[in-house]
Amino acid sequence: MSKIVYLVPLFPLIGFLLNGLLRRSLSKSLTGIIGCGVLLVSFIISVVIFMDVRKEGFEPVIVNLFDFIHTGKLNIPFAFQIDQLSVLFMLIITGVGFLIHVYSTSYMHEESSQHFARYFSYLNLFVFSMLLLVMGANFVIMFIGWEGVGLCSYLLIGYWFKNLDYGNAAKKAFVMNRIGDLGFLIGIFWIISQFGSVNFLEVFAQSPNAPTSALTGITLLLFVGATGKSAQIPLYTWLPDAMAGPTPVSALIHAATMVTAGIYMIARSNIMYTLSPVTQTVVAVIGLATAILAATIAIKQNDIKKVLAYSTVSQLGYMFLGLGVGAYTGAVFHVMTHAFFKALLFLGAGSVIHAMHGEQDIRKMGGLKKHLPTTHLTFLLACFAIAGIPPFSGFFSKDEILSAAYAKSPAYYIIGVAGAMMTAFYMFRLYATTFLGSFRGTEEQKHHLHESPPAITIPLIILAILSVVGGLVGIPHVIMPNAHRLEEYLSPVFAASTSAHTPPEIAAGTEWMLMAASAGLALIMVIFAWNKFSKKPELGEPQGFGAVLANKWYVDELYDAIIVRPVNVVAKFFNTVVEKSIIDWIVNGVGKLIQYGSRQIRLLQSGQVGGYVLLMVISLVVLFVVQLFLRK
Amino acid sequence: MSTTHFLFWFLSVLAIFSAIMVVVSKNPVHSVLWLIIVFVTISGHYILMNAQFLFIVNLIVYAGAIMVLFLYVIMLMDLNADSEPQKNKWLKIAGVIGGGALLLVLVAALKDADMKNQLAQTGTGDIGLIHNLGMSLFNDYVVPFEISSVLFLSAMVGAVVIGKK
Amino acid sequence: MPINYYIFLSIALFCIGVAGVLTRRNAIIIFMCIELMLNAVNLLLVAFSKMHHAAMAATNPNAGIDGQIFVFFIMVVAAAEVSVGLAIIAMMYRNTHSVDVNFLNRLKH
Repeated sequence: MSKIVYLVPLFPLIGFLLNGLLRRSLSKSLTGIIGCGVLLVSFIISVVIFMDVRKEGFEPVIVNLFDFIHTGKLNIPFAFQIDQLSVLFMLIITGVGFLIHVYSTSYMHEESSQHFARYFSYLNLFVFSMLLLVMGANFVIMFIGWEGVGLCSYLLIGYWFKNLDYGNAAKKAFVMNRIGDLGFLIGIFWIISQFGSVNFLEVFAQSPNAPTSALTGITLLLFVGATGKSAQIPLYTWLPDAMAGPTPVSALIHAATMVTAGIYMIARSNIMYTLSPVTQTVVAVIGLATAILAATIAIKQNDIKKVLAYSTVSQLGYMFLGLGVGAYTGAVFHVMTHAFFKALLFLGAGSVIHAMHGEQDIRKMGGLKKHLPTTHLTFLLACFAIAGIPPFSGFFSKDEILSAAYAKSPAYYIIGVAGAMMTAFYMFRLYATTFLGSFRGTEEQKHHLHESPPAITIPLIILAILSVVGGLVGIPHVIMPNAHRLEEYLSPVFAASTSAHTPPEIAAGTEWMLMAASAGLALIMVIFAWNKFSKKPELGEPQGFGAVLANKWYVDELYDAIIVRPVNVVAKFFNTVVEKSIIDWIVNGVGKLIQYGSRQIRLLQSGQVGGYVLLMVISLVVLFVVQLFLRK
Repeated sequence: MSTTHFLFWFLSVLAIFSAIMVVVSKNPVHSVLWLIIVFVTISGHYILMNAQFLFIVNLIVYAGAIMVLFLYVIMLMDLNADSEPQKNKWLKIAGVIGGGALLLVLVAALKDADMKNQLAQTGTGDIGLIHNLGMSLFNDYVVPFEISSVLFLSAMVGAVVIGKK
Repeated sequence: MPINYYIFLSIALFCIGVAGVLTRRNAIIIFMCIELMLNAVNLLLVAFSKMHHAAMAATNPNAGIDGQIFVFFIMVVAAAEVSVGLAIIAMMYRNTHSVDVNFLNRLKH
C-alpha cells in the first residue's frame, strides 16, 4: 500500500503541469478531461487505501520519499503519514473535489480555452497542496501544503484578474492568511526548540512530558494560524470578500477543503490541545463567538453567495467549538457533513446564478422552484441538513458537538443552540426568498431561466444524497449503541486524548432532551422563516439595527482604521525619509564623491614641466626624510 | 691658516656666490658668464686636490666648449632680459622652498656622519696625474671608453637630425 | 681638508641648481642649472677619490682613481647631452618662437 500512496498527490500535480504549461494548445474538452480525470484517479486510489486503513488495529504508516532538510540534529523528511484521519480527509478532498471539477467544466464553459485551462491548472494545484497538507507526516510538510493552498486561494479568487476589486479581495485573503501563517511558523519553531523534531509521531509521543506552559504557547500559536486559514475571529473578513471568485472555487476552497485545514491541524495535534486546557477554552470561546457573529450578519445579507460565506464562517465556528470542548470526532464529523451540504449549497447557488445570467441579489429572484426543479430540490435538502433537522446529516454532527459543549458548560450549549436557530432562520430565509413566491426579476431574465445541464445537476444530486445519508455513519450511542462507525474508525487517532482526559458522560435522558431541544427549536425557526419569507420577502434596504448587521458590524472599517492606515503611514514614512533621503543620499553621495575626487586629481596632469619637476623634488625630500629620519 | 685652507675658502665662497648669481640673473648672457666663473672655481678646487687632468678637461670642455655653445644658442635666439617670461610668484617661492628643503635634509642627514677625520688629500697624490689616469683608463676602463665614443657619434647624429629643417 | 667641507660645498651647489630648475622658466637657464648640478657632483666625486687615496695609498697605489675616471665619463655624457638638448631647444624656438617651458604643455594636445 505504501507504494501507491505517493500517486495520490502526484496525479493532481501532473494535471496542474499539463494544463498549466500546455494551456494555449489544449482544447476545452481535453482540459476538462485531464483536470477531472486526475482527480478521479486520485479518488480511486484513496478508496483503495481506505479499504486497507479501515481494518481493525491499523497502525499509521509512514511513507518516506526523501530527506528534505537535514541539519545537525534536526531531520525533516518529506514523508506522508497514512492513518485514519488523513485518509478520511483525502477521500473528502478528492471525492468532493472531483464532483466540483466536473461541475466546473460546465460552469466555466464561457471562458476562452486558455483561461479555462488556467482555471483547471490552479484547481489541480490546489488539490495537490491540500493533499500535501493532510498527508504530511510532519508539521513542515503540512506547512508547505498550508502555504500552497493559500497561494491557490489567491490565484483563484483573483481569477478574473481584470477586475481590480477581485484582485484586492484576493490580496486581502492572502495577506490575512499570511498573518495567521506567522503564528503557525513561530509555533513550529517552538516545537523544534522544545521537542527537537517536527514529525507528528515523535512530537505527540513526547507531548505528555513537556511543560504545560510550552504546550499552551505552541497550541495557541498554531491556533493563530488556524484562525487565519479557517476564518475565525479576528482573521475572518477575507472569506466573504473571497466570493469574488468563481462559484465552484467558493465551493471547493471556501466550503469543503481549505477552510477545514485549521480543523485538521488541531485534530491532528489533539493530544497537545488536550494537555493545554487554557488553549482549549480560547479555541472554544473564539469558535462560539465567531459562530454567533457570522450568523447575525448572515441574517441580513442579500447576496446569495455572501449568505453562504457567512454561513461557512459560522459553521467553522461550530467546528472549533467542538475541538475546544474535546469533541474531536464530532468536529471531524461536522467537517465531513459540512463539506457535503455546503458544497451542495454553493454549487446550487452557482446553478441559480448561471440561470439568472450572473444575477446574485436574492431580492431579484423568487419563484425559481418551477424553473429549476433539480436545483431546487437539492438546495432544499441541503438547507435541511445545515439547519440540523433529523435525520439529515447536519443534525448528527452538530448535535454531537452541542452535547459535548453541554458537558463542558451549559452556557456553551445555550449559545450554540441560539446560533443553530439563527442558522436555520437565515438559511430558510435564503431558500424562501430565492425559490418560493413569484419571480421578481426582469422579463428578459425570465425567458432565459432554464435548468442547468447534467454536468451541473449530477454533482448536485450526488452531493444531495450524501447530505441526506452522510450522517448515518455517526449515530450517537443513545439512539443505537455501537453504531457510531466514525468514532470507532477515528478512535486510534484520538486515543491518546481520550485516555488523557476522558470526556464527561452525560446521562442518556439528558442527551435525548438536548437533541430534542435543538432539533425542535431549529424546526420552529424553519417553519417561521419559510412562512415569513415566502409570503413577504424582504425587498428593501435594511434599516436600523439591520443596517449594522448588513454592514457586517463595521468590522472591515474598523480594521481599515486601526491597522491598514497606520501601516500605510509607516510605509510612506519609510519610503520618503529612509529610502529616498537617507539611503539614496548615501548611494548617490558615493558616486558624487568619486566624481569630485577624480576631477580634483585630474588637475595634477597639467602638462607643465615645472610642476612636474617640483613634485619630483618634493617627493625626493619626503623620501629622504622618511628614509633617514623616521626609520631609526 | 695655510695657503690651502685660504684658497679653499676663497674658491668655495666664490663658487656659491656665482651659482646664486646664475640663478638670479635676469639676462641670460649674464647667467652664462656667472656659470663660467663657477666652472673656473671648481677647476680651481681640482687643482687644489692635484687632479690635474680633470682641471684641464673641465676648463676646456665645460667652460670652453659647452658654454660657448650656450652662448651661441642664446645669441641665435636673441634673448635679452625683458623677453624672459616670469613664473608665477608662488611657484617661484615653492621652488626656492623645495630646493631649500632638499638642502636642509641632506645637510641634516650627513651632519653627523663620522667622517670629520677623513681628509681629502690636497696638494699631493699621484692619482690625478695624467699618466696614471691614462693607464687606468686604457687598461681597466677601455670598454666604457669605446662605448662613449659611440655615444658621441649618436649624439652628433641626433643633433644634426633634430636641427635639420 | 676634512671631507665634510667638500660634502657641504657640493650639497650647496647642488641645491642651488635645483632651486634654479624649479624657479626659472627659460629653458636655457634651466639647462645651465642642470650643468651646475652635474659639476657639484663631479666635485664631490673627486673629493671622495682623494679621500680614498689618502686612506688606502699604502696597500694600493691606484686606490681611488675610479672616482676621477667616473668624473671623466660624466663630462663626456654632459657634453653629449648639451649638444642634443640645445638642438631640441632650437627646434622648439623655431616652432613656437619662445623658450618658455610652460608652452611645452602643448605636447598634451
